Formats: sequence, C-alpha cells, structure tokens
Amino acid sequence: MATHTLRAKHRRSVLRNLAFLSPWLIGFAVFFAYPMISTVYFSFMHYDGFKPPTWSGTKNWTYVFEHYPFFWPALRNTLWLVVIMVSLRVLFGLGVGLLITKIKTGTGVFRTLFYLPYLAPPVAATMAFAFLLNPGTGPVNSILEKIGIPAPGWFNDPTWSKPALTLLALWGVGDLMVIFMAALLDVPKEQYEASELDGASAWQRFRYVTLPNISPIIMFAVVTGVIQAMQYYTQPLIAGKVASGVIQGAGTMFEPGYPEHSTLTLPQLIYNLGFQRFDYGSACVVALLLFALSMAFTAFLMRRRGGLIQAGD
Amino acid sequence: MTQVLHRSTDSAAEPKAPDSPAERTARRKALLEWIAVHSLGIAVALFFTLPFVFVFLTSLMSDSQALSRDLIPHTWEWANYRKVFDTPGFLTWWKNTLIYAGLGTVLTVVSSVPVAYALAKFRFRGRNLTLMLVISMMMLPPQVVVIPMYLFWAKQLDLTGTLWPLIVPMAFGDAFSIFLLRQFLMTIPNEYVDAAKVDGCGDLRTLLKVVLPMAKPGIAAIALFQFFNAWNDYFGPQIYTSDNPAAWTLSYGLESFKGAHHTDWNLTMAATVLVLAPVILVFFFAQKAFVEGVTLTGVKG
Repeated sequence: MATHTLRAKHRRSVLRNLAFLSPWLIGFAVFFAYPMISTVYFSFMHYDGFKPPTWSGTKNWTYVFEHYPFFWPALRNTLWLVVIMVSLRVLFGLGVGLLITKIKTGTGVFRTLFYLPYLAPPVAATMAFAFLLNPGTGPVNSILEKIGIPAPGWFNDPTWSKPALTLLALWGVGDLMVIFMAALLDVPKEQYEASELDGASAWQRFRYVTLPNISPIIMFAVVTGVIQAMQYYTQPLIAGKVASGVIQGAGTMFEPGYPEHSTLTLPQLIYNLGFQRFDYGSACVVALLLFALSMAFTAFLMRRRGGLIQAGD
Repeated sequence: MTQVLHRSTDSAAEPKAPDSPAERTARRKALLEWIAVHSLGIAVALFFTLPFVFVFLTSLMSDSQALSRDLIPHTWEWANYRKVFDTPGFLTWWKNTLIYAGLGTVLTVVSSVPVAYALAKFRFRGRNLTLMLVISMMMLPPQVVVIPMYLFWAKQLDLTGTLWPLIVPMAFGDAFSIFLLRQFLMTIPNEYVDAAKVDGCGDLRTLLKVVLPMAKPGIAAIALFQFFNAWNDYFGPQIYTSDNPAAWTLSYGLESFKGAHHTDWNLTMAATVLVLAPVILVFFFAQKAFVEGVTLTGVKG
C-alpha cells in the first residue's frame, strides 16, 4: 500500500516535470536534433533542392576544402576577427567599464550614452557606418582630411574593411561595459584599502587587486566574444553590399565578402552555398564545421570550475 | 553631521582656511583627476554619440547635399521622412515587424516560463544535463541548422514567404530566455514555494500566483530582449521571406531600401533613423529591466 502510493507519487512528479519541460523538449527535438541529423545526412548527399538527393560520399567535403574558392579566406577572416576584433572589444569594454566607475558627475547620462549604440539594430548600425566611413562623401574622411590625416578606404579597401568592422564592434561595446562595471563594483573595498596601506601604486592596485577579482568575467567576455565572432553575419554582409553598391534582387549574383573576400565569414558561406548556388550538401559541410568550432568553445566556457556559467545550484 | 556643517561654515567665514600643504596637493590631485576622468568621458561619449548625430543630420539634407561633403544641412528637409513612409512597402514592413516581434515575444515568454521554473525549482534526474543543453543551444549559431530547417518549411510545409517560419519556433521556448529567467528564479528563496505548497497550492498555481509576481523584472527582461532580437533579426527574414516583399520586416527591408534609392543617402539615413528610433524609445522606458538582464547573464543570445 505504502510503496504503491509512493510509486504513484513518483509517477505524478515525472509527469509534472515532463509537462513543464515539454515546450523545450519538443523545441529541442524539432528545431535542433532533427535538423542536426539532417545536416549530417545532407553533407554526404548531392542535393540542389529540385532533384531528389543522391549519395555523393565525401565529394562535398573535398569540394569545400579543395575547390570552393571562398573557404580558406573565410576561415582566415574568422581567425582575424577572433584574435583582433574580440581582444580589442574586451580591452575597450574593460576600459570603458573602468572609466564609468571613476566618473562621479553625470554618471547616468554617460552610462546611457555609452550603452545606446549596443542597442542599434545591426542592419541600421552597419548602414550608418558604411555611410560615415564612405571614402568619397563620408563625414569621417572629410574630418580626417581637414586635420591632415590620410583617410583610409574603409569598407572599400581589403586592408581596411576588417578594421572598419572592428570599429563598428567597438561602438557597440555597451553590453561588455555593463558586465565589467558590475564586476568592478563587486571587488571588495577592503582589498583596495589594504593595498593602499601597503603603498601600492594605482597600476599595482589594478594588477594585483582588480584583475584577479574580475578575471572570470574577462574570460567569459573572451569566450562569448569568440562565439559571436563565429556567428558574425549581418554586419560584414551589409557592409560589403552597401560598399560595393550592389542592388538587391536585381538578378546580379552578389560575390560575397566585398572587397576581395576580405569580409567573408563562415556563416556567409552557408548562405552562399545553400541559397545562392543551391548546393545544400556543401552548405551542410560548412555548417558542421561551424557547429564543431562553436561547441568546442562552449565546452570550454562550461568546463571551468567555479563556473563562468554555473550549471549546479 | 552638525559638527561637519559647523566646521564648514566656520572655514567659510574665515577669509582664508589654513590648509596644510599636504592637504592642498591632495585636493589639487583630486581635482586634476576629476578633470582628466571627465574629459576622457566626454571624448568617449563623442565616439558613441557622433554617429547618431551625423546620421540624423544627413537624414535632413537635400538629395544633392547628401552627396557632398557637408556635415550640416543647408535646408532642413523634414519631408524626407514623409518620402520614406511613402516608399512602397515601408508601412507593410512596420506591420510585419510588429507582428513578428509582438507575437514572438508573447509566445517566447509563455513557453519559456514553465521550463525556466522547472530548471530552477524542481529537483529531478537529468536537470543539469537539460541545463547544459539549454546553454549549448544558446551558443549555437543559427546558421548551423538553417539548411534542413529551410527545406522543412519550404518543401514540407510550403510556408516560406510568410512570417510563420519566424514565429512558430518561438512557441517552443527560447534558450537564452530560459537561461536568463532560470538565473532570475534561482534568486527567489525556496521558502516561498514551500509555503505555497503547505497552503495547498499545486505546482501550476504556485508558479502563477506566487512565483510569477516576484519574477516580473526577469520576465520584463526576457520580453525586451526577445522584442529587440526580432526587431533586429536580419538572417531569419532573409532566409524565409526574401522572395516575397510583402512579408519582409524592417531590418530586412531597410537594406533593400538602399538598393531602391542607391545614391540617396539622405533617404537611406532617414529610414535608418526610423528603424533605430523605436529601439531607443523603448530603452528609455525600460532601462532598468534591460541593464538588469545584461548583468544577470552577462551574455546576450
């Protein structure tokens, strides 16, 4: 009798858990598990969306690595963005976060002004920057020339297009500013007071008190930044389109990564292969590579003990 | 307190306060630091605000002036904004964006709340694994699964060219929202939940009557993030609606606007302002919820 009710109770709680989790469980199956399995399947098939898929073995894989002209440039660009854009963004975010904690007058106004660009929709922000950095008529180059600095070609010059994207990413650093600000305000005051009594300089206080206290947040910012860099899609696409003057839907196929593949990223390859060349199989190969890279970084993010993202309670 | 007041009035009454040299250098140092910090603050603020200012000024220029190197409009062409609204499709894109963002937000909140609650307050086998999977999904680039998802919507359901492929997935819990809300619910003491149980509330009633009223700030944060995500989304509309301009959203339509008016920077910038403005407006009304949300997870999805 007792075990019977106990078992019934257990069954009820299992049903309850499943009921509460069901939106996510269904979503996971339909919008993740099923498409992931299909992606693996299509990566070994030849499929153009019209004729039924046919087995092609590893042809898609060799095509992507050996013959598709955009793969290696895209991987190199991603690496550039991961190393340079992410580290500059973290450094700048930390700098702005430090600055905002030192500002004593008008803090709210400054904080809002620093934060607002982060909210700008990526398309609008990129179009604005493509205009501001337009080598011919843009205000930035007008000003640079007036004060006698040689003005770069920004989104129209392959050596300057990624720095231009980096500038845009630095403009939207508000999210990092907020988390760094929160972390900096959490550093125990006593540690600063103690180090001051020991005669530590401002730099030494930063190096031996601030940095160790906020290092988990820095690591968090780096890893999430890397994952964002691997998803980087809208900004480089719009920048390339606007700078090259391509007109959407005019029947001309847009060569991605203008100028000279310099703004091409891995997600753009998936779009190019799948939706412009109708080679769904090869697009799935790139998708799987992107998946492997993202999951490797996510695993790193969760593996660290004391947790960047804590799973347990 | 009175002593401090007393002393300060005292020193003000005297012609010159006899400061020690050490005190004076300390005060001068503090003043210099104040000036340095605030000058740097103003410089950084210019970097963050000038793009908005230039975009706005250009949006008010005449067609010919927008192609010149002038920074300030000679005549203020407010009619540019009228022209943007008169562009075919622009109002439809507004409507579509509001449907996508509005309906998507409601569906996300309704479907994410019970999942986040279970992950925060129920104890069961596989809970940590579920949470890990939620976090992994949060980090997953949307492009990874897009090929089969597109083929599914296009071939099986024939619903591309509509807003459905963008909206329906939101009824099945959004990983970022679940995670953010779970982090928030963890901060609500279990005693409230237990007390409700003792009073005879079932799980659903406990969630609706006891936990939800306390979770309002967390829910506000996920609603805002979700609204902005839909508002800003370019990739989704590009994949699913590109061949039907009647289903485009603002973010996607904005880029084609540049195409239709290829050299009209003034109109393009006016359209850009019209896409930016609502986001900034919403932010001013909901600043607190937003900043709290960012700090709570330290990450945007």
